[in-house]
Amino acid sequence: MELIEAIILAVLAASTPLLIAATGELVTERSGVLNLGVEGMMIVGAACGFGGAWLTGSIFIGALFGIVAGALMSLVFALMALGLAVNQVATGLALTILGIGLSGLIGAGFVGERITPAVHLYIPGLTDMPLIGRVLFGEDAFVYFSIALIMSVWWFLYRTRAGLILRACGDNHVSAHALGYPVLRIRTLAVMFGGACAGLAGAYLPLAYTPFFIPGMTAGRGWIALALVVFSSWRPGRLVVGAYLFGAVTILQLHAQGWGVGIPSQFMSALPYLATVIVLVLLSRARTGGSTAPAALGTVFVPDR
Amino acid sequence: MQLVLEKRAERSNTIALVSPLIAIGLTIVTMTILFAILGKNPLLALHAYFIAPLTDSYSLQEIAVKATPLVMIAIGLSLCYLANAWNIGAEGQFLIGAVAGSWIAVKTQGTDAGAWVLPAMFVLAAAAGALYALIPAICKVKFGASEILTSLMLVYVADLFLDYLVRGPWRDPQGFNFPTTAEFDPVATVPLLIEGGRLHLGSIIALLVVAAAAILLGRTIKGFEIRVVGAAPRAARFGGFNANQLIILTFAVSGALAGLAGIIEVAGPVGHLQPGISPGYGFTAIIVAFLGRLNPLGILIAGLFLALTFIGGEQAQIAMKIPLDVTKVFQGILLFYVLACDSLILYRFKLVFPNRQVASGTH
Repeated sequence: MELIEAIILAVLAASTPLLIAATGELVTERSGVLNLGVEGMMIVGAACGFGGAWLTGSIFIGALFGIVAGALMSLVFALMALGLAVNQVATGLALTILGIGLSGLIGAGFVGERITPAVHLYIPGLTDMPLIGRVLFGEDAFVYFSIALIMSVWWFLYRTRAGLILRACGDNHVSAHALGYPVLRIRTLAVMFGGACAGLAGAYLPLAYTPFFIPGMTAGRGWIALALVVFSSWRPGRLVVGAYLFGAVTILQLHAQGWGVGIPSQFMSALPYLATVIVLVLLSRARTGGSTAPAALGTVFVPDR
Repeated sequence: MQLVLEKRAERSNTIALVSPLIAIGLTIVTMTILFAILGKNPLLALHAYFIAPLTDSYSLQEIAVKATPLVMIAIGLSLCYLANAWNIGAEGQFLIGAVAGSWIAVKTQGTDAGAWVLPAMFVLAAAAGALYALIPAICKVKFGASEILTSLMLVYVADLFLDYLVRGPWRDPQGFNFPTTAEFDPVATVPLLIEGGRLHLGSIIALLVVAAAAILLGRTIKGFEIRVVGAAPRAARFGGFNANQLIILTFAVSGALAGLAGIIEVAGPVGHLQPGISPGYGFTAIIVAFLGRLNPLGILIAGLFLALTFIGGEQAQIAMKIPLDVTKVFQGILLFYVLACDSLILYRFKLVFPNRQVASGTH
């Protein structure tokens, strides 16, 4: 029983950064912008988040640092891809390359330092319940926030007028523009929301997952978050399922390594990446009746005046 | 008053020519500011980065050695990008090429195998790189899976596979438990061009690759097809060009070149297989391809320039304790400026006065 509880807790912890980053990217892509720089924004968020928490001693301020850092990085992307109409794929790659360098530079002073990680909720009685107590009532704030975030995004996209307009920009920017909506401004906001989420997801790693910063600690999670958005068919509900499934794969391979299964650890570590490839292939194959992606995803839009 | 983009009637050839230079200029200005923020003398730092490596023979050779994999990979990537196929997993294809070629070197170690060893390593490495690149290409063509994500995921897989080999079956028994194979035999090593120097045969191969790419793109139908499919997909369909076939072809060629670059690096400057054989060549090559405007000759120049930043970064680290990550920041900023300047080939800025527009009632 204890082991099952420990595994569920670990899965939730491993899934949370994926869920937060993918939620942000989902909104960005729903507005018609493909920002491939998630990995770069996450790793800068991790470095700044750790730096903020280490300097101030506050996890909350660390998380804010991560959010602001991610949003600033995405603003650079928005200036390029939206302001200058540069190819979004190339700009996203540039953002990742820049982010990896910047995070090394920012984090150089913190490598080897430790902080007290984010506290977990404790409600006497409830948290002590066997099996589900700690899973439901003993998480850190990030886990609860990530669930509130994806629910708010669902509500925003499908139950508000602003969400409808955002989706319209993603499906047909020419029509949205003709109706008088400021397509580029809406997209800039969507990109910055994505950046803020990626920054927070990155900050989660050194603030709650491991209490220290190491260069490159995102280890491709930003790219997996991008794959998750494809996996979800751009729908918030499926995104939650996908994020927890991927978290489970990550944790199971770690446990399998611990149980001494006769498979080299590197092969187990490769599992999440291979799983991503396989899932992308299976999903893309299953979609025979046209794509579910936002129709204008990744295309350049320069308004006619 | 508002600053907006406006499409030019036709592409500006002047800007196309000077845009890489503007980008490099802007990057150097930005770096000067960054050095000042880091508390380093910007002039000394810029000297260490861009001038010092050009002043002695060892560093000059080292630039050519670093430029070799960058140019070879970037040439392959440029074919992909011209055809609008996004291979960003060259780093993985580089590693798999290095692993496949090393297999022959490891298996023939200590035997009296002859001069066939090195050519065989090259062929196997290129084939393995091509096959590895075909995985995302086929996933794209057959199933419509994003080649960007699949090719990138395979970088991590290749990295872990190499790690497994050098820590497991291929580890040098006399290597004091370090994760590395034994030094390759002389027949499995890329010959040096200058006795006692650093320059090796690989640089000649890179030059041949540049020449071959220039002929392919400028003088053959296949090259024309690649350019049309990328630039005007509709026109290409009317012309009967098969875009899927070109995705397969360009991925295979770029994978083969990355794989070949991988084995040349391992059997040349490194001399054995170990983790960390690439300081991100596969990713830096993306910058090289764009800075070189996806043009073979441009890529050669861009490759030498980025190699200079690697060597300059190392020298600046030794001489001025400037962190190596500054090189990556430099490369990222450079790519941003290159892309931004390229945008001005097709667009120009224009000041608009929204109020006056409403008053005149046009649009």
